[in-house]
Parts: sequence; C-alpha cells; structure tokens
Amino acid sequence: MVHISVTVDGAQTQHDVEPRLLLVHYLRERVGKVGTPVGCDTSNCGACTVLLDGKSVKSCSVLAVQADGSEITTIEGLANGEWHPVQSAFKECHALQCGYCTPGMIMASVDLLNSNPSPSEEEIRAGLEGNLCRCTGYQNIVKAVQTAAAQGGAR
Amino acid sequence: MIPAAFDYVRAGSVDEAVRVLGERGEDAKVLAGGQSLIPLLRLRLSYPEVVVDVGRVEEMHGVREDGEHLVIGAMTTHAEVIDSDLVRTHCGLLSEATETVADPAVRHRGTFGGSLAHADPAGDLPAVALALDAEFVIAGSGGRRTVPAQGFFVDYLQTAVGADEVLVEVRLPKLGAGWGHRYEKFHRVAQSWAIVGVAAVVHRSNGSIDQARIGLTNMGPTPLRASAVEQALSGADVSGIGAAAEHAADDTSPASDLGGAADYRQHLARVLTRRAVSAAAGG
Repeated sequence: MVHISVTVDGAQTQHDVEPRLLLVHYLRERVGKVGTPVGCDTSNCGACTVLLDGKSVKSCSVLAVQADGSEITTIEGLANGEWHPVQSAFKECHALQCGYCTPGMIMASVDLLNSNPSPSEEEIRAGLEGNLCRCTGYQNIVKAVQTAAAQGGAR
Repeated sequence: MIPAAFDYVRAGSVDEAVRVLGERGEDAKVLAGGQSLIPLLRLRLSYPEVVVDVGRVEEMHGVREDGEHLVIGAMTTHAEVIDSDLVRTHCGLLSEATETVADPAVRHRGTFGGSLAHADPAGDLPAVALALDAEFVIAGSGGRRTVPAQGFFVDYLQTAVGADEVLVEVRLPKLGAGWGHRYEKFHRVAQSWAIVGVAAVVHRSNGSIDQARIGLTNMGPTPLRASAVEQALSGADVSGIGAAAEHAADDTSPASDLGGAADYRQHLARVLTRRAVSAAAGG
C-alpha cells in the first residue's frame, strides 16, 4: 500500500491505496465522487475526464499514486453555490441526451475555455475530440460551449 | 478492467531509477505519463512485478538549448512540447506532429520520451524523430550512452533501451533557414491512430532540394526512413517531387489490419509523401 494525499474538490483526502488503483476508481469508491463515471475504460471516450492540477486528464488512465500531492476537480466540485457557466449552458442548450458523457464533456469544455476563452467552432470540436457522445449530441454541445464562452465561461 | 498487482517505486532521480531497474529490470516497467502503459496494464497485456515511476524526475523535464541542438527531457509532456517556443522555432515538425497526437487530455499526461520508448509503429513521434535525426540519451548502471535515431527503433515495441536502462532525454539538431516541414497523417476519425503518417523535412537551396529526410509511420514493425525518396529528391526541383514520392513504399512491409490492407497503406505512403514533401518544400 502507498499513502497518498490528494485535494479533491477543495477537500483534503488521505488514503492508503494499492499502486494499481486507477484514479477514477479512487475518486468513486474511496472518496465517493460518483459524479465521475467509468465509460469505455479504454482511454477513448473521455467520460471520466477530471481536472488534475487544472488540466484535463482521463482518470481511467492515471494511477491514484500518480495523483499524490495533486489537486483534482471533478464535476461535483464545479458548482460554487451556483452552477458553473458551462453547466448552465449545457442545460440551456440541451447539450445532452442520455447524459453519460456529460460530466467528461463539461470538464473538457472547462479546460478548453480556461486555455482559450473564445474558441472558434473548429477549436471547440478539436478541443473536445477526446470526448465521445454516442447520442450524437455534438451539435448542441458545441452550441453550449459557444454560449458559455459568450457568458465568460472561463472561470 | 483492473491491472494485476505490482510494486510501485517513485524514482526521485535518474540514478535511483537505474538502481531499481538494475535490481529488477526484467520484471520492471518504466512509467512515464502512462498513456500507453496504463491501458496495457488494465488490459493485462502487460503485468510487470514492479513499476518504476520516473514522472517526477526533475532532470527529465523541459526543453533547453545546447548549441546547435535542442534537448528535450523524456518526461516533457506533449502539451509542453506544443507550447514550447524553442521547439516551434527550431524543430517545427515536432510541434506540428505533436498537435495530432491523441486528444488534449492524453496530451496533458503523455510524454515525448514515453511515446518514443513505447515505440508503437503507429505512433506519430517515432517517425518524426527519424526525420529530425534525433539522438537518444540512455542512462544505465554503466553510465550514459547516446544512440542515433537509426539505431534506436529495433523492432515492434522494442528499442535500444535495455531492461536496466531509462531514456533520459532526446537531442534534436536545430533546423535553420531554408528548411521546411510537414507531417501528413491519414486517419479515419479524430484522435485515432495513423493508418499511415509521413514526416518530412526538406532543405532548399537556389530553387532546388538539396536535402530531405522523411520518416514513415505505420509502414512496418518499426518507423522507417524513406531512403529511396530522399535520394531521388537530392538535387531535384519541386517538379520532381511526384516522381520521387513514387518510391515511398519501397522496402516497406506494412501490416494488413482493420485500418487498411498492406497495398492500401503503400498507396497512402506514396500519396502522403508527395503531399508532405510538396508542403515542406513550399511547392
């Protein structure tokens, strides 16, 4: 077992973990952050995307021990009393159907807007290329990111 | 999918990594950003007894200049390579190709050195390293040695890095005035592997091509140099590019798989080489 200390959505957590424990399982099963789903489990779909020290990562492809000392933001930590502008925009634009990809889509969108506050449509599509939506809702997802950008989505 | 159990060592230095690998090298895997290794661990295609994490070794991070070379630490992430003005200025081919690797989240974790040491022939950066005439600095218990790109990629997923060694950094000759570059990647959907890729750098002088180096992605078990094309281009002007590119598939043995049949890949290599060299030559 390896002792790790991670800040998750602003709260300090410490656990003894097996080295083979994936970050997504750590978040869901040890910290209780079930807002982050396990999707394809093969690094393709991006449903498990979280921010690690402010940068998007696929949490199925990071070991919990690699996150030791880091700061993680999950979908559950985005709202700050009120919804994050990207969350609001996803609701307004109906940027989801089944909702399974949504936590990862939102986290990837937040990361995109943090580095590029007013992306073009092409930049939005490229920025979200690591996130798959099997309901084919991309059109409204792109609209949502544009809406969030117009409302100052980089927060 | 949960990896098989393994011991974990977070190396604080190159020396510490080499020491652990010296003791347990045959049973060990080196962990960089994990974007290739962790999926393999999860699928249990790889099940090392010990994982040596070099991700936090300070010395292995960052891009620096050393005279006529750029030196890129093996743990420099793809995102850091893309953001590096030094790389963009002196080795623009690498910036361009790295932007096509996987997707933003993978590029935040995946590393330049990890991708080269993994040596997947469908990976973009091995062919780029060939085209850029990279040199690989490898540390082992006997000290450090430098291996040229032509000797680094040994076979499918195999490099010159021994079981008790670690890739520390990569040295790239700076490309000065007169050089152009292009990476042409053919794939079906965003973030998927290249079916074929062509990395080209071309130097022009007095209107004709006097030097060209071309690396091929996914045209055999290792990345390859398109030597016959390079020779045909030497001294040619841009009107000769089409004829030279017809040699792009010479001496290649690409796989036939779901991505495409071998003869289709050879066709792609010729077409993409023509496009890449034309763009790199500004023609």
